[in-house]
Amino acid sequence: MTPVQIQPFKIYKYNPKLEIIRRSGLGIALTGIFFLLLCLTGTAKITPELFLFLSFGLAVTGAIIYSLPAIWESPAGIKNNRIFFNSFTSKGMIGWAAGIIITSFYVSLYWFPSFIENWIRLVDPLSYFLRNEKADRWFLYGTFYTLAILIMGLKMIIKYRHNRYQLIRTLSVMFFQLGFAYLIPALLIMFNKPEHYFSYFWPLKYQYLFPSDINYLTHTAGALGYFMVFWGAAMTFIAVPVLSYFFGKRWYCSWVCGCGGLAETAGDPFRHLSDNSLKAWRIERWSIHSVLVFVVVTTALLWTNSASGGKVLGELSQTFSSVYGFIIGAVFSGIVGVGFYPVMGSRVWCRFGCPLAAVLGFFQKFKSRFRITTNGGQCISCGNCSTYCEMGIDVRAYAQRRQNIIRSSCVGCGICAAVCPRGVLKLENGTEEGRYNVVPDDELVLINSQN
Amino acid sequence: MEHLVIIGNGIAGITTARRVRKMSDMKITVISAETKYFFSRTALMYVYMGHMRFNDIKPYEDWFWEKNRIELIYALVTSIDTDNKKVKLADNSEISYDKLVIATGSKTNKFGWKGEYLPGVQGFYSLQDLELLEENTKNISQAVIVGGGLIGIELAEMLHSRNIYVTFLVREEFYWNNILPREDSILISRHILEHGFDLKLNVQLKEILAGENGRVKSVITDKGEEIKCQFVGLTPGVHPNIDVVKNSKVETNRGVLVNEYFETNIPDVYAAGDCVELKFAEPGSRFRFEQLWYTGKMHGETLAQTLCGKRTKYERGVWFNSAKFLNIEYQTYGFVSAKPKDDETHFYWEHPSAKKAVRFVYKNDDHSVIGMNTYGIRYRHEIFEKWIKEKKRIEFVLEHLTEANFDPEFYEKHEKEILKKFNNDNDGADLKLKSATKLSLSEKKII
Ligand SMILES: Cc1cc2nc3c(=O)[nH]c(=O)nc-3n(C[C@H](O)[C@H](O)[C@H](O)COP(=O)(O)OP(=O)(O)OC[C@H]3O[C@@H](n4cnc5c(N)ncnc54)[C@H](O)[C@@H]3O)c2cc1C
Ligand code: SF4
Repeated sequence: MTPVQIQPFKIYKYNPKLEIIRRSGLGIALTGIFFLLLCLTGTAKITPELFLFLSFGLAVTGAIIYSLPAIWESPAGIKNNRIFFNSFTSKGMIGWAAGIIITSFYVSLYWFPSFIENWIRLVDPLSYFLRNEKADRWFLYGTFYTLAILIMGLKMIIKYRHNRYQLIRTLSVMFFQLGFAYLIPALLIMFNKPEHYFSYFWPLKYQYLFPSDINYLTHTAGALGYFMVFWGAAMTFIAVPVLSYFFGKRWYCSWVCGCGGLAETAGDPFRHLSDNSLKAWRIERWSIHSVLVFVVVTTALLWTNSASGGKVLGELSQTFSSVYGFIIGAVFSGIVGVGFYPVMGSRVWCRFGCPLAAVLGFFQKFKSRFRITTNGGQCISCGNCSTYCEMGIDVRAYAQRRQNIIRSSCVGCGICAAVCPRGVLKLENGTEEGRYNVVPDDELVLINSQN
Repeated sequence: MEHLVIIGNGIAGITTARRVRKMSDMKITVISAETKYFFSRTALMYVYMGHMRFNDIKPYEDWFWEKNRIELIYALVTSIDTDNKKVKLADNSEISYDKLVIATGSKTNKFGWKGEYLPGVQGFYSLQDLELLEENTKNISQAVIVGGGLIGIELAEMLHSRNIYVTFLVREEFYWNNILPREDSILISRHILEHGFDLKLNVQLKEILAGENGRVKSVITDKGEEIKCQFVGLTPGVHPNIDVVKNSKVETNRGVLVNEYFETNIPDVYAAGDCVELKFAEPGSRFRFEQLWYTGKMHGETLAQTLCGKRTKYERGVWFNSAKFLNIEYQTYGFVSAKPKDDETHFYWEHPSAKKAVRFVYKNDDHSVIGMNTYGIRYRHEIFEKWIKEKKRIEFVLEHLTEANFDPEFYEKHEKEILKKFNNDNDGADLKLKSATKLSLSEKKII
């Protein structure tokens, strides 16, 4: 036989041009960030539009340019190369610094907004354009948040361009953030309606079932207000059980939710930092269920109080509610939840705190068709799945004994299945029967016991 | 209390220990010279590439062993005294056993190439090899890898992740062509080239040359070509590690000889995993050695039964293996010969992207499927295994192929195209895809 010449369709070789593109992207982004910091001093006041472009505009453009070369650098596939050598993604100096910076931002946002006042003013033009109103700190926060999801979503799409589940899922969180958590609330304000987030509901957005909020909505917004209240209640009491039954909690946590959206995009470079020890799992169960109890009690107190016209509990229920708002709403979900991404992984809040995740988790565990199926005896116990699980689930512990993974915390992001080098894992909605395939004799299934 | 001593904490030794602990209360001691704690050898590459830390490739947390009363000793066993039922450690201390399991794994083959012991030349098997590799590949730009097998391509991928230019010397006409059929081999070879590796086919290593500093500076091939490099990875396969057994009364050939129960010639001495040679398999054939993660696990599971008084014969079941060639996942089931035999037919389908393919091997007489290879499409192990075991006809298998698909949700499905190709290849064939039922899911629980 004559030797065959094999022609690949394309050869990926180290290309210095790509490096130049990436560096320029980084340069542009850093320039944007420089201007952003400069704006803190109030420089922007002269020409806000120009500075909005110089700061946000350049930062965003730079970030996009920075992420594009990955497309031409290597064939599509899982590339987690050097993640644990990179100071930013492996809790090195840069990682800690990033954590401190994000945390400081949250601290100023919640308690020292005057410190970032000039940033708030910076987004005034955008706020007028979208909401016909001047910006406040929450608009600034929303803008940062949405941009983070969109830009890092793009990066995620490039990284997982070979994986349709990841593509569609990422587009979904980008869509819900931009539409439901940014543009629609802005439009509502533009038309003088109460700002409302249709993609959040009780008990994550705990106020939405508080008597005060319901009162406010129905009194100020008439029919629309009633619809908002109805929508929130329907999501909590109908969508949560029904959709979780068919798809598992992922329908919300990794497809719709904004907290999840940020974790899945901006948090993706840190997902492997989630602690997957048994100890962490124990703490998680205590802590997330305590938060759930806390929010249920708070809500019940508020209703009791309102039903009794404030006589029974007086100020107590209000105190409960503000304590919850401070500890859980601000400190936990904001500071720890996002600020600690670079040191504790991307899903700290979702895993240890979110009461809605706890509720969704109950359904996922006890009444759902969702599971992660393991493929026969193919697992080589490599640990990629456990390492890249943002919820700190020790996926390998199940996979290596051929057991399906059904855990209340699993958000169904599908990354375990994506990084598994042996194709062992598959997210599936199947029949309920046989979902828990507790292997009776542990691993001794491959031999002798067939048929 | 009976004392079970296991030499080697790889998958075979550890599976034995864990299974025995489930069934029995005997004292268990595992001795290994490589690490104290069990780790996944198959995942060493990911540590080098920075996907994981060493800690992440340990399948059990460190507290696990004490909790399960499995004592771990980090030491080298230097001799086995079967008369007095003792093993001796490097520090001359002795450990008595009632039952002994030898699970010492493999060692990298050496071929006596000139220069194979030079600094900068190494194989890749153990954690120590990984540490050496870190040293050897610091600040280098060119490497040569010799031997086109599974470890070779992993090593190539590892070096590539550090931006080291890899020249891959493969003796066969295409990558792994001694195991994979021609088209499969070409598909993988093309993928290797796509990554920008310099894949040299039909080329053998002649010698390795040293530079002035005494380290490797280049290799010479059998074609007389000199290739510059600062590192040479030798991955021409492995052989059973029987160093410590050789001078004992335990019978060895190329490996530790065992019967279907993993018993050696000496009572109360057993062996499992990479280090064994199966006495009952055809002499001289490759089936006498099972040097895989999966088989190591199955050996351990079977042997544990015997150790706990339930003497159990080893039956491997339908053969399977899997690997990942750079980005292409590969699964194989049953028997797929590199060259079609006279009494069998090979059916092969390849996606135009050249990154996905399937191959089915079936008997000419009754059309029963005896083997399958898949590339870039995941299929269900249980179902393929069942089909092979039940001797399903190729027509049945193809028509029901969707049921076995294990790709993530939303992935493009190719079963229709596969069937179409079969119908085209075979005059008069008119197979139609049966729609997948959810049945396959609940069916899973029977196993
Ligand atoms: C890089 C690489 C990738 C692989 N990938 C795959 C894969 O994808 N799929 C697959 O199926 N297989 C794979 N394999 C093969 C698989 O890892 C082995 O078959 C398996 O690990 C063998 O397990 P074992 O328990 O028999 O031996 P080992 O894992 O080799 O364990 C034996 C242990 O015994 C110790 N030991 C030996 N002698 C002594 C002594 N005298 N005293 C004390 N301790 C001693 C050794 O140090 C070693 O730690 C791969 C192997 C390598 C090297
Ligand atoms: S990534 Fe896959 S092979 Fe590795 S431990 Fe997880 S399930 Fe097993």
